[in-house]
Amino acid sequence: MNQLPQTLLLLTLLGYVLGVVASLVCLRAEKAANFCGFGIACLAALTGIAASITGLLTGATTAHESVQILPSLIPYIRFSIRLDPLSLFFTLLVSLVGLAIAIYSLGYNRQFFGRKNLGVFGAFFNSVLMATTLVFLADNAFFFLIAWELMALSTYFLVSFEHEKEESRNAGVLYFVMSHIGTGCLILGFLLLFQASGGYGFEGFHAVGVTMAAGPRNAAFILFLVGFGVKAGVIPLHIWLPVAHPAAPSNVSAMMSGVLIKTGIYGLIRVYFDFMGAPPNWWGVTILTIGTISAVLGVLYALMEHDLKRLLAYHSIENIGIILMGLGAALMFLHTGHPLLASLALIAGLYHTINHAVFKALLFLGAGAVVHATHTRNMEEMGGLVKRMPQTAFCFLVGAVAISALPPLNGFVSEWLTYQSLLQGFGTTSSLIRLMFPLGGAMLALTGALAAACFVKAYGITFLAQPRSEHAACAHEAGAPEVAGQFLLTAVCVVLGLFPTQFVRLLDPVTSQLAGFALSTQLSQANGLVLAGAKATGGSVSTLGLALMAVCLLPVPLGLWWVFARETTVRRGPTWDCGLQGLTPRMEYTATGFSKPIRMIFKALFRPRREVQREYDFSPYFAKNLRFESHVEEVFQTRIYRPLNWLVWRVSRRMRALQAGSLQAYLIYIFVTLVLLLMFAL
Amino acid sequence: MNLDLTAIVLQTVLLLALAPLITGIIKNWKARLQNRRGPPVWQPYLDLRKFFGKDMVISEHASWVFSFSPYVVFITALLAGLLVPMVTVQAPLSLFGGVLALVGLLALGRFFLALGGLDPASAFGGMGSSREMTIAAIAEPALMLAVFTMAIAAGSTDISRIVAATLGPDWNLLSPMHVLAFAALFIVLLAETGRLPVDNPATHLELTMIHEAMLLEYSGRYLALMEWGASIKQLVLMTLLVNVFFPFGLAVAAPAGLGFSLLTYGAKLLVVAGFVVIVETTNAKLRLFRVPDLLSAAFVLAGLALLSTFLFQ
Repeated sequence: MNQLPQTLLLLTLLGYVLGVVASLVCLRAEKAANFCGFGIACLAALTGIAASITGLLTGATTAHESVQILPSLIPYIRFSIRLDPLSLFFTLLVSLVGLAIAIYSLGYNRQFFGRKNLGVFGAFFNSVLMATTLVFLADNAFFFLIAWELMALSTYFLVSFEHEKEESRNAGVLYFVMSHIGTGCLILGFLLLFQASGGYGFEGFHAVGVTMAAGPRNAAFILFLVGFGVKAGVIPLHIWLPVAHPAAPSNVSAMMSGVLIKTGIYGLIRVYFDFMGAPPNWWGVTILTIGTISAVLGVLYALMEHDLKRLLAYHSIENIGIILMGLGAALMFLHTGHPLLASLALIAGLYHTINHAVFKALLFLGAGAVVHATHTRNMEEMGGLVKRMPQTAFCFLVGAVAISALPPLNGFVSEWLTYQSLLQGFGTTSSLIRLMFPLGGAMLALTGALAAACFVKAYGITFLAQPRSEHAACAHEAGAPEVAGQFLLTAVCVVLGLFPTQFVRLLDPVTSQLAGFALSTQLSQANGLVLAGAKATGGSVSTLGLALMAVCLLPVPLGLWWVFARETTVRRGPTWDCGLQGLTPRMEYTATGFSKPIRMIFKALFRPRREVQREYDFSPYFAKNLRFESHVEEVFQTRIYRPLNWLVWRVSRRMRALQAGSLQAYLIYIFVTLVLLLMFAL
Repeated sequence: MNLDLTAIVLQTVLLLALAPLITGIIKNWKARLQNRRGPPVWQPYLDLRKFFGKDMVISEHASWVFSFSPYVVFITALLAGLLVPMVTVQAPLSLFGGVLALVGLLALGRFFLALGGLDPASAFGGMGSSREMTIAAIAEPALMLAVFTMAIAAGSTDISRIVAATLGPDWNLLSPMHVLAFAALFIVLLAETGRLPVDNPATHLELTMIHEAMLLEYSGRYLALMEWGASIKQLVLMTLLVNVFFPFGLAVAAPAGLGFSLLTYGAKLLVVAGFVVIVETTNAKLRLFRVPDLLSAAFVLAGLALLSTFLFQ
């Protein structure tokens, strides 16, 4: 077996360590720190891409390799990494997105010069990249948890990087608390697996689920679902996500939404497909249901936002839901004994995972450039940026089309695969459960259409029409590194959209490892031009074909132009203003106005509340002053988390009596606990 | 499966030529039913010719997105039309995509149409875009569920295969599933093509308009492309409806039976157009917030169609 991927991966990890060290060494010289920290991250990420692609294309299909990277001094802990296809696929994801973000950061971080300590920023950025790569590669539960914690802590520091803002501090704390609730569940879950397998190595965990009794097995399922679900931002564990992602600097937001929440997806796939063995039916049903709910609610809440970055954060919840729909369907197919369909659904989930990583990072980078140029995250104060920031506007448009699952870009391809697996799933069982598949498909359609509505709003209000504020009117295009980072991800979106059959080949080893089938030859028809469903008759699609055909049809409108409209002229004129003295930006449709019909249709969920105060002299139609307020209730915060929070406060107030501050009392507690434990043990 | 170049060219021509005629027929019949004389059926062709020859005025606030949108709307409608079997069972481009691609292409057109509405900074355009996207969002699940019901029964998302299955001998055209899915799709057709009782295609400058509000700032050849694109989209959805649910007369092999197929196709379109005319004449426009009720009725119908596959096997 060749050593190349392994060597390259070790180089990548070493590169990130070097990045941490270099950033800290240049602590005093911020330009050097920025250049070293993020430059080295670029190189390391590039090596990571090379490593994972070579690994996926060559030997990694067969057995997994375990490489010890540090000597271990404590029993049970082995600092070893594994190079199996699933790990390599996710390493590809983190390296690809990490590369684009690192390039972007080279320019974006210039705004922090003289204000913030960029050496520390670079160090934490590199350590997040390293820790995330290690999470994907770890071959031992302890090592996994160490990397997991390192990742969470580094992210915490990045979220609260702008700690002079209260918002960032609060967001950091909320992220920290939620993240550790998740980690607690993971530790318990791994302990259950340890009980069954007698070790902490991932090799020993393989298919250990089948030897477990139903009770602990289902408990482990739920613990891992909560543990990884918090990280992935699954509803109702999502509340930290729309708070923490917008508060961080935009390159960090891109990192979090693009890559970090995917560690939750990785964990779920690793545990359910690798460790747990054949799943009972209700697991798949649960995951599919949770995925559907997350997708629909995520996009509905996104529609209500007029904070550009919060809007994108809610879309992450939606897309995690779509990914989970694929995974849930795959689990259901494994239960009913259809490994081929399970492979298809898994491909759909994984494809959407990398797609979401790419276009969400792209959109956050674009949002970062916009927020930097306009000094606000509020969309109501943007507008007209397509003329002032043409390159960012173009990249954002591509990202918006991709995330709305429109052909011919990548979001369409992965949703097409999801639809296919859901539709073909209908025939796998004769129980009433199978109705879930088409209903899930209908909800996916609802999600897609709402996402399109949301991105028409986000793009139209942010980039089109007249600027709505002074800052937006004198916005300027981002620098070359920012634009380069965005164009890199734009290109990846297009490539992933137009050449799906070629990309699916990279997923072959992953699906054959987890579900037992390599599907790429079956999915590819007409020399790779056409992507087919798992069955030849199931339907096919060719984004490249449609794109080429569109180009072939272009002569029709152009020819008509030439024949009929050659002589006509084009004149610029004012927009029709009903005879007023010209339109002002205040007459434009607002983001809040745009989503009002949807707010009214789903008012049972949103419980919109509005207050209007008018001051007038003689008639309410001629108001002197008008104050308008509109709120949407965030049901999960007010109905679940606030009561829970209150309960925790009350219990801890009671417990304060125990914590009297006297050393003797504490010693007695310890003594009593010890005695009780001994009695219990004997 | 190979691509048949003649079929592609012929179907493109048929789409381009037939679409304005259907719009004209609906307008003319509607006027007759309301005791007016109405414009002649070929009026839309004259309109398009006139629009193409006019000078354009483009809003000073508009960007390249505004000028790009008409092309996207026009070409996505044409592409979507090539995925649907019109006179032969085999659609010319069925290899490149089935019903999911069709819905996706129309959504892409709508996405740019709505952006084009927002771009000139007019409140009318924004209002139209907002309403269009909202109605599309709630129509989509009903559309998809009805389509899934058919796709599951045929075992494929390829429209040609769905049609082939409905043409098959053991297919019951009066099965509850079929009837319910048809009803659901018909409601969606009304919503998607901007017809009463969802939108009023005959009004301008009224606060109720949806589709027309987005076109308000378009003029000249862009307006022509937009109008033509909208009528092609209408033709595509009507074709989908008639040929999936009533596929009689479709030519199985290319040259043979093409004449008969064209004839039956025309007759079927006229029947659907007649239904649209009757619905438009006998119904008042719904208030915007009543439209979700109508569309959720369509969703329920599609859901019942799906359920009925269990009950009446």
